[in-house]
Amino acid sequence: MRPASETDLVELLRGATQPFALRGGGTRGAVLAGAGLDCSGIVGVRLYEPAALTLVVAAGTPLAEVEAVLAAERQRLGFEVPDLRAVLGRTGVSTIGGVFAENASGPRRLQLGACRDAALGLRFVDGTGAVVKNGGRVMKNVTGYDLVKLMAGSRGTLGVVTEIAFKVQALPETEATLVSDLPAAAGLAALRRALGSPYDISGAAYAAGQALVRVEGMAGSVAYRAAQLRALLGGDWALVEGAGSAAIWRDIRDLAPLVGRGEALWRIACVPSEALAVPAALEAAGVAHAAVFDWGGGLLWLTCAAGQGARIRAALAGRGEAARLKGAEDAPAFPPPAPGVAALQAGLKARFDPKGLFNPGGMV
Amino acid sequence: MDMPVPDARILARKDRIVARLRAVLPEDAVISAEEETRAYECDALSAYRCLPLAVVLPRSTAEVAAALKVCHDEGVPVVPRGSGTSLAGGAMPTEDSVVLGVARMNAVVQTDYENRFIQVQTGRTNLSVTGAVEAEGFFYAPDPSSQLACAIAGNIAMNSGGAHCLKYGVTTNNLLGVTLVKMDGEVVTIGGPWGEPAGLDLLGVICGSEGQLGVVTEAWLRILPKPEGARPVLMGFASNEVAGECVADIIRAGILPVAIEFMDRPCIRACEAFAHAGYPDCEALLIVEVEGSEAEIAEQLAAITAIARRHAPVALEEAQDEAHAKRIWLGRKSAFGAMGQINDYMCLDGTIPVSTLPMVLRRIGEISREFGLDVGNVFHAGDGNMHPLILYNANTPGDLERCEAMGAEILKLCVEVGGCLTGEHGVGIEKRDLMAVQYAPADLEAQMRVKDVFDPGWLLNPAKVFPLAASAGRRAG
Repeated sequence: MRPASETDLVELLRGATQPFALRGGGTRGAVLAGAGLDCSGIVGVRLYEPAALTLVVAAGTPLAEVEAVLAAERQRLGFEVPDLRAVLGRTGVSTIGGVFAENASGPRRLQLGACRDAALGLRFVDGTGAVVKNGGRVMKNVTGYDLVKLMAGSRGTLGVVTEIAFKVQALPETEATLVSDLPAAAGLAALRRALGSPYDISGAAYAAGQALVRVEGMAGSVAYRAAQLRALLGGDWALVEGAGSAAIWRDIRDLAPLVGRGEALWRIACVPSEALAVPAALEAAGVAHAAVFDWGGGLLWLTCAAGQGARIRAALAGRGEAARLKGAEDAPAFPPPAPGVAALQAGLKARFDPKGLFNPGGMV
Repeated sequence: MDMPVPDARILARKDRIVARLRAVLPEDAVISAEEETRAYECDALSAYRCLPLAVVLPRSTAEVAAALKVCHDEGVPVVPRGSGTSLAGGAMPTEDSVVLGVARMNAVVQTDYENRFIQVQTGRTNLSVTGAVEAEGFFYAPDPSSQLACAIAGNIAMNSGGAHCLKYGVTTNNLLGVTLVKMDGEVVTIGGPWGEPAGLDLLGVICGSEGQLGVVTEAWLRILPKPEGARPVLMGFASNEVAGECVADIIRAGILPVAIEFMDRPCIRACEAFAHAGYPDCEALLIVEVEGSEAEIAEQLAAITAIARRHAPVALEEAQDEAHAKRIWLGRKSAFGAMGQINDYMCLDGTIPVSTLPMVLRRIGEISREFGLDVGNVFHAGDGNMHPLILYNANTPGDLERCEAMGAEILKLCVEVGGCLTGEHGVGIEKRDLMAVQYAPADLEAQMRVKDVFDPGWLLNPAKVFPLAASAGRRAG
């Protein structure tokens, strides 16, 4: 099934009795069993006002098209969407709706927020076939409940999103990255130090034995902040500017250091000061792995052998939350919700999707 | 303003309900005498008042849970309250309700500079969150005008913004997690210090839910390192259109100031007469503030003033020192007070697409003439969040009603041009009956379903946000 309009989608869902596995471009989300509902047929840029930093786009629109439209006006999606095709071993064309459904956000999240923070409004069709709109296309909006946030990252469990309004960002004049070869402990400490400074860091990662700190903005400001950071952090930091810096962060964003490194891919959220303790605990538990640390150590991506989910979660012992993106497993893909949260999630699922049409066996 | 008829069965049980609350709370945490509950009869939307059945002022999450359990048991509506600074009537009680104020819960639970968060009890005021971390060079970014008085609880309930949210976002973008007590007394932790929890984004829908999903007793907030410095530039223009174009060009150029504030002629004159900030006598005025080191400020201001010069400004004044910067902000910060000197006023909060600014200002002028009430405009231009201040005289019979009708007209205009009814104040009772202008029945139904899940009996702040007719089948009584 590949509805070509919201109207077709409404028709389809009103009469539906069998569940669907929702799919955008198939480039990042979980692959679920069931009849496919291909959401890539509803496409097109609906409104773009560069001077208001606003883009409204149909959910099936390819991400690449969105990025090209924005680039023509020297703008971009600020949350730096990862391209996980290589690390997940997928092919296909990523859709903006899929990005939203996964709340997919890259290194700049620590400065500008996630996809959910850039999303201003949406339209979706719920499990009864009702069209719901929420939010709008303006930067500030507290009119009623924020269902935009609820739908962001809901992974197709509550409804089929047909249109999203985003706040976009002007491209900075330039960017620069400080790079230093450091052991993990020193590298991660440097990231935290940088993030505690007033120098407006837009990327802080540790991968392949290197600590990486990015600043973006006007040329004079970037040069100033890079110099100040060098002085603050001490030691030996190389400065990579412009396209070189952009290439470094493309690799971090897309997890290039982890491509081909293991059967399973995990994403662990924790506080940055635990970033070193988490992999140590995993090593101690016998989980051999390779890791990329993003968000100043608040996010660990790791590849390891499949079938170690239970061991990973046990080793975390409350220090963070682990979700699996790839690899056949012994443990569920998502961590168990906190007490009380499971009932709230189930209640929302039951009300937005009373027939249980969307992504059975998915996150909720 | 219609409110539901109070439930006579609840009113009749007042003594028993108060006794049950006293049984689970400390002596001084329950107020039921009229001379004491009087202080809780309204919030900052003071045109509407109502004495509640009782007021409870718990000191801990456990006490909040105990109070809610009693109210749940008795089927009594509960109106959560932070500091009572809501401009939308979010904390206004009904006669048959218990007000639950969190003002006594104002402790800092934990500060963690290495991981850049603070955990506070939500009765703590907005400004005192920054106060708790500024010695270490940090601040909490959302800065509503009422930040000296308003509580984090209310900030979360209304998803409050402020002048500097152009760069830093509003409450929802700076909130990492909450401790939420549901109406049935269950305590749930949602999110936490590391922000992005797995599962549905419940935090995102709790923020801005106007106290209708639960009582938030503790919150993890993101704190940021303070910038090295900040400086405003003042620009005067010959028309609102030109000022609007200048705003668009600044944003278009990829410069992101921390604030772009806009004042129109009626507001400039009132502020000047009140605060003597030395503002130029012109049609429209912008205050643009940038942050950073001296060199960075100079670099940004050079780019911004170059853009402004292309629009033939009638005034262009860069702050030369701290005192000068204060003077530039003085008029803007006293805008509400200045308008209040002239008359009573009602403050609107609609948001519009920035591109429609000149047209909307022109239309507001026409509406003002049509209704015969003066209006001054002062607002956050960078994000299109308008604050038209309509002047009226509360002592003139019919003036408040005329003012409200005019306000509704302006808010409908905001929606018509692609904006919304409220950018940062919330719906409360004030905009409740206009919700149908922005949302279709299915849109409201989807929102009300969320409340069904968190508060199936519709006891938390039930007569707010949704038009009474829309929520009638769900509310008790």
